[in-house]
Amino acid sequence: MLTRILSVGLLAGLLAGLLIAALQQVTTTPLILAAETYEKSAEASAAPKAPHSHHGTEAHSHGEGWKPGDGMPRFFFTAITTVATAVGVAFVLMAVMVIAGVPIDERRALAWAVAGFIACGLAPAAGLAPELPGSAAGDLIARQVWWVGTAIATAVALWAFLRADHHPVVRLGAVVLLLAPHFIGAPHPHELESKVPAELAAQFAALSLAVQALLWALVGVGIGLLWPKFAPKAAG
Amino acid sequence: MASTTTTTVGTTERSEALRAAAIALILGVSLVFLTGFAYPEVIHNAAHDTRHSLSFPCH
Repeated sequence: MLTRILSVGLLAGLLAGLLIAALQQVTTTPLILAAETYEKSAEASAAPKAPHSHHGTEAHSHGEGWKPGDGMPRFFFTAITTVATAVGVAFVLMAVMVIAGVPIDERRALAWAVAGFIACGLAPAAGLAPELPGSAAGDLIARQVWWVGTAIATAVALWAFLRADHHPVVRLGAVVLLLAPHFIGAPHPHELESKVPAELAAQFAALSLAVQALLWALVGVGIGLLWPKFAPKAAG
Repeated sequence: MASTTTTTVGTTERSEALRAAAIALILGVSLVFLTGFAYPEVIHNAAHDTRHSLSFPCH
């Protein structure tokens, strides 16, 4: 079983990750590069009078330490990390389906992938919109904690709500759980002082969500198609 | 007798599946944590565009 999950996850993740990496190169990456030019010019003009970071917000920490060079090296590392993320997503998706006792087929894998996108993409984005470099943002750890908490709460809520055999009280609890992170509220900066033009940020938020949706969908389709091909010999 | 055997086999299969799923879950979450959340600067810089592109909190 483990070999099957790992094989399907590696293959589905590799295929989805490579396709998404190519897509990123023509959608989100050009916007990130454009945003960095605004960010750098803002930092250059602010540098002489403000060596410390802005009031409580995290300064964009580029410049020190190793980073991939612009052009091919940067594309290469972005592709590798996107593939690794897709493989991770595939492992998690199959693991959760097996734990829930759901048979893995094309239709169900895609449905669970859509739920995964709602939990890890849409719900966190409702509080923390996808950011470009240079956007105003609150404390990083607080945002990461809120992001993870929202993803888990939404995933559990969706499962509790959508299971046909669940009691109405459980469903009501699911709705409360779904909304709770948004009543608690995502951590935001005190001052909204983005260095990036609003049009660029809006375009990026929409594209980023579309790219993430496609990543989940491709991983789901890949799992659905590959899972039967890796069936144990004895059973087939 | 036959049903007992089937149940035992079913339970063993189920626990084996759960163990495999738990390992896959840990591996998957670790991978996503590494690409999406880990703090070391080298990892952050390598994964920078991916983090922004897939709307993970970054910086």
